Amino acid sequence: MTAPFEPQPFTWSGRRAWLLSEEPGSRRQARLGSFYRGWLALRENPLAMVGLAVVVGLALVAALADVIAPGNPLIGGPLRTERLLPPSAAHWMGTDDQARDIFTRVIHGARLTLQVVALVVVTATPIGLLVGTTAGYFGGWVDAVLMRITDIFLAFPRLILALAFVAALGPGIENAVIAIALTSWPQYARLARAETMTIRHSDFISAARLQGASSARILWGHVAPLCLPSVVIRVTLDMAGIILTAAGLGFLGLGAQPPEPEWGAMVATGRRFIVDQWWVAAMPGLAIFVVSLGFNLLGDGLRDALDPKAAR
Amino acid sequence: MQARQEAPASAEAPERPESEAESVRTRVLRFLRGVGGLAFSLAVTLLGLLVVTFLIGRVVPVDPVLSIIGDRAPASTYDRVYRELGLDRPMVEQFWIYLKKVLSGDFGESFLTKRPILDDLRRVFPATFELATLGLILGVAIGAPMGVAAAAWKGSWVDQIIRVLCLVGYSAPIFWLGLMGLLIFYANLGWVSGPGRIGIAHEFSFQPRTGILLLDSALQGRWDVFRNVFSHIILPACILGYFSMAYICRMTRSFMLHELSQEYVTAARVKGISETRIIWRHALRNAAVPMITVVGLSYINLLEGSVLTETIFAWPGLGQYLTNSLQNADMNAVLGSTLVIGVVFVLINLVSDLLYRLLDPRVRRGS
Repeated sequence: MTAPFEPQPFTWSGRRAWLLSEEPGSRRQARLGSFYRGWLALRENPLAMVGLAVVVGLALVAALADVIAPGNPLIGGPLRTERLLPPSAAHWMGTDDQARDIFTRVIHGARLTLQVVALVVVTATPIGLLVGTTAGYFGGWVDAVLMRITDIFLAFPRLILALAFVAALGPGIENAVIAIALTSWPQYARLARAETMTIRHSDFISAARLQGASSARILWGHVAPLCLPSVVIRVTLDMAGIILTAAGLGFLGLGAQPPEPEWGAMVATGRRFIVDQWWVAAMPGLAIFVVSLGFNLLGDGLRDALDPKAAR
Repeated sequence: MQARQEAPASAEAPERPESEAESVRTRVLRFLRGVGGLAFSLAVTLLGLLVVTFLIGRVVPVDPVLSIIGDRAPASTYDRVYRELGLDRPMVEQFWIYLKKVLSGDFGESFLTKRPILDDLRRVFPATFELATLGLILGVAIGAPMGVAAAAWKGSWVDQIIRVLCLVGYSAPIFWLGLMGLLIFYANLGWVSGPGRIGIAHEFSFQPRTGILLLDSALQGRWDVFRNVFSHIILPACILGYFSMAYICRMTRSFMLHELSQEYVTAARVKGISETRIIWRHALRNAAVPMITVVGLSYINLLEGSVLTETIFAWPGLGQYLTNSLQNADMNAVLGSTLVIGVVFVLINLVSDLLYRLLDPRVRRGS
């Protein structure tokens, strides 16, 4: 067995061989190696790479919003001269009814979108994993009760349930995040439960139990990591849905509140001018479309690359 | 919904065929047991729906008493209304009262329209039903053949184009697509009529009976009205249909690919049956059974999509009613429509589950 950090001159081919090694010497090597193999498979798929480019682009745009579009997204120019201007060299996407540059607002809106997605994923994934693995691992009445609750949440269409939650909690971006997270976790729970059921009778689980590991330790240390890959794929596939739901809430005036540059809310503003000043609604909608298409392409590619069962 | 039936092991005895009467009896029994299990889980789910809407109604930060009496009323009035609403009783008792009310069809009164919620819902539901059904018909009629084509020519340019079309359907925000559709086909090209269900000229001269205007006008022989209604409904129905098309097409493709990789297809090919016949007569028949569930699911998605579409097209249906109530903090109406949509959702699931059981011989046999 080789030492995990044996000193060796750095070469790309050496690194590659180390990553693709059939007999990984350490847990880290095995883990990185499997990531690398996934990456190689993903790289074969041009559509997935387009999706990845869009997602990375979104992150960059969100990080560098102030550099790309230095103007203020909330305060417009002079209302008399710059209101509802068509797209031009000065205003790439035109201006809206408050004489604000739509391009600046779309760029800054990327931050809000990314924020919503990140917050929903960070909240919903652990809940789904916890509920699903617990139900699958313990079985019996725990399973029955937890899955019944999951089914009840699944028995509402997603947007409708989110609408009802936001109506109760009050409009606003935080409440939109909570509402979307509350409607997202059941699917992850379902998936995590199914995965747990296939591994809970494995020998290594019994071995861990015989060594005296507590149930919590087995769940988080052994079961959850094995469920994670399929849940992550599902979450990536779901991100487009999260973006669309958030935009839908914004469009209905229940997500981010004006003057925040949220894309869905911007489309709602543009609705009034759709016939004569189409760009006010079209541009932010295009941004939603491109980003959600990117996430869908990436999710599709990830599933094909990492989950050979589903790759059809 | 999960199938909760347990198949008895003895039913699988393959050695000798049971007598015809017995097998029919066991089959009926098993079906009934499955239905019983379904009914139980249905009841639990419906109860759960009620709990969720009840709890959502209770976490509202708006004080329901203040929204009735205003904030200048004396404390004695406040106490009286507080007690009348039953807010002083324990939570469980409040839920029991809520349950009894809902079961007797009393969802409370709308704050906006000042009418019972159930009447309002009954008035708006046909519009949504008509729109969603037409959308589903379009989605199935276009999506299923496209899925078959994509599977038949897997990997070719046909498959690629269909794949991109489906991805666009998955990714585009429906409200944006609706607006763009209005801009292009209504404002610029003038091919369709604008928002609303029916033109003003026809609205007062025509007496609908079922509320499903296409059906009503056709039955009454008012073809001028029919044409007008059709030109109103076709754009929103196409937009909705596009989304279900994307989903249905994709699932059809995946089911077809699964069937085409089966051994019976190879056997049919070896026998020299033409590829067209294999695809349409052999594989599609088997792929059609799981499609029932998919069609059910996409109908539910259509109900959901109709919330946003109806807002765009000023369609006086359930979705617009819900959003109007939301924007005016009309909680009774919001919870009532949420509950109704949830119930419809559960019922569609149930129907597709039952159909699946009836049509799929493997499920029918309980294996």
